[in-house]
Amino acid sequence: MRKFLSTTAAAIALAFTTVPVANAADLKVGLVLTLSGPPGALGKQAEDGFNLAVEKLGGSLGGANTTVVVVDDELKPDVALTRVKSLLERDDVDIVVGTIFSNMLAAIYKPVIKADKILISPNAGPSTFAGEKCHPNFFVTSYQNNQNFEALGKYAQDNGVKRVFMLAPNYQAGRDAMNGFKKYFKGDIADEVFTPLGHKDFSAEIAQIATSKSDAVFTFMPGGMGVRFVKQFDEAGLSDKMTFLSAFTVDETTLPAQKDAAVGLFGAGTWAPDFDLDRSKDFVSSFEAKYGYVPGSYAMQAYDAALLIDSAVSAVDGDVSNKEGLMAALKEAKFDSMRGTFTFNNNQYPIQDFYLLNIAKRADGKYQTEIAEKILENSGDSFAAECKM
Amino acid sequence: MSLFLVQSLNGLQFGILLFLIAAGLTLVFGVMGFINLAHGVQYMIGAYLTFMFFQWTTNFFIALLLGMIVALIIGLACEMFIFRHLYQRNHLDQVLATFGIILFVNELVKVIWGPSSLILPPPEIFSWSFEIIEGLRYPIYRLVVIAVGITVAVGLYFAVFKTRVGMLVRAGATNPEMVSALGVDIKRLFMIVFGFGTMLAGFAGAIAAPMFSLEPNMGDDLLITVFVVIIIGGIGSIRGAFIAAVLIGLLDTLGRAVTTDILRLFFDPSTANQIGPALSSMLIYILMAVVLFFKPEGLFPVHRAG
Repeated sequence: MRKFLSTTAAAIALAFTTVPVANAADLKVGLVLTLSGPPGALGKQAEDGFNLAVEKLGGSLGGANTTVVVVDDELKPDVALTRVKSLLERDDVDIVVGTIFSNMLAAIYKPVIKADKILISPNAGPSTFAGEKCHPNFFVTSYQNNQNFEALGKYAQDNGVKRVFMLAPNYQAGRDAMNGFKKYFKGDIADEVFTPLGHKDFSAEIAQIATSKSDAVFTFMPGGMGVRFVKQFDEAGLSDKMTFLSAFTVDETTLPAQKDAAVGLFGAGTWAPDFDLDRSKDFVSSFEAKYGYVPGSYAMQAYDAALLIDSAVSAVDGDVSNKEGLMAALKEAKFDSMRGTFTFNNNQYPIQDFYLLNIAKRADGKYQTEIAEKILENSGDSFAAECKM
Repeated sequence: MSLFLVQSLNGLQFGILLFLIAAGLTLVFGVMGFINLAHGVQYMIGAYLTFMFFQWTTNFFIALLLGMIVALIIGLACEMFIFRHLYQRNHLDQVLATFGIILFVNELVKVIWGPSSLILPPPEIFSWSFEIIEGLRYPIYRLVVIAVGITVAVGLYFAVFKTRVGMLVRAGATNPEMVSALGVDIKRLFMIVFGFGTMLAGFAGAIAAPMFSLEPNMGDDLLITVFVVIIIGGIGSIRGAFIAAVLIGLLDTLGRAVTTDILRLFFDPSTANQIGPALSSMLIYILMAVVLFFKPEGLFPVHRAG
């Protein structure tokens, strides 16, 4: 399934009637996102965020007429590979923006880099490409995966949490989450429990948590798993008894289902819809006006990715064939991020602040994450030192 | 000890749910020799229909009733228009066709209700909880599900063993040609069995929805476990399905709770953490292998003629 968002007729007309800027060329951006299945809600956020930015900039990023081609990786590595190849060979895109999930990034990384195109990840930030294997063509506008978990571990350590029960799905990201948390947390660990991916009934795990004498639970349960776990956790009456520290478990993609059950729980991230910055508030209100739901970090990171491209393309006067100049300008990251200041580390992953997020019910009855307190300031990831770039 | 009791309760409740889905599947498989992979889809349909009617009526019980009626109609329509034409085909054709239905219906559900997880609240009168052990509240709704499941199991037992239709169903499972030769409309019998089976799966989905969440593909993971249940129980046997379902429910739940702890006695913690979760997911398949080794027809084999 592919959708084309072509420039508006007005923009095209404008291109023909005015004197073209020197070397101005068209820009083609390919988006590789997960749009099908239950995790499709995440990809939808990123797609809408990116398109909103292109629309706000009048259909042109950095003065180049912009065409956005969206493909769905279906959360299958082979599909991602086929789709990205067609983006590179048939659509001849200049920049690939993707993906949501780290295992999809692993699938498209090589073909994009081999074709010497620019790859910008709006969400996935695996350790794999942050260290030794970093590459000048690869940029990340989100975070390095471990950082959210490290921030939670630091919060637990600094706030007198003594004993933590840890719960995550049994796959690589779940194990990374636990290791990330343990980087700063040095207290007691009651138990580390791994559940199958897509787990339905957490009653057995919740009984273990209730009898573990922990004062906090740390978890990473993305998507539907998070919806079920949070609901059952709340039903068991544990929300009032222990601190709930999580990442990717209570966010704008799961809150519409979790509702009140999530209020009082904590998440971690680099941004929330109530972020105290005028342009960020503008972004949230125009996003909600257009799409009718609250943007989460997935939408914001894709929006930032579009702004980043805009800044770099305008630095080379719209000449996207000047690849060296374009990459240098991307690395500069001279754009107005929704997170305030934005700088790239030497491995081209961001250096940024991490916050504890709480869940709030807004006056209009919708739910959103809100900034509670800053945990880490100007934090780079733990792998950048291994990157020789 | 009390924790063990709570975990057993959780296991029992999972087993009951498995039984409700397995009952229909084992009859369809046993009586008609028809492999219906789309049985899990009926579980999902039951849940989503009840959710939809709940939004319209805001009464759980009316929504459940309407949901079951529509689920039955959908089941019968599928039987008449699709499955009926597959009974004479080989198992591979049946698997392919019903797999196609899974893909189609999952996509349809996504188009209508969206890909995100949805929540169906339990009925008002069962939405409280009590402190089962210190520090842990147990939703009363889960106990209601166990009670309802056992009631359905007893009802099914009477229907299959004490009524005339039940007798024909059992006879059909043993020797369909002979039943047909004796003047019984076997086609109609199949249709009743099929419609009833899909409705039970839909019922399971609807009563499970307030405990878990609704999402496309929600029946597919369960279906594999349900196949394990009917194979262990003996294909076509209601009694076998019940015992196997409870066995699997307990083994899976208790297994997940204790496997890693037991392994920690023998290995260092990080190794135990690596092996434990994998091993506990395998337990039910290990049980199936063991049962099949000693009793290749399952625990309660249905005696077939010829």
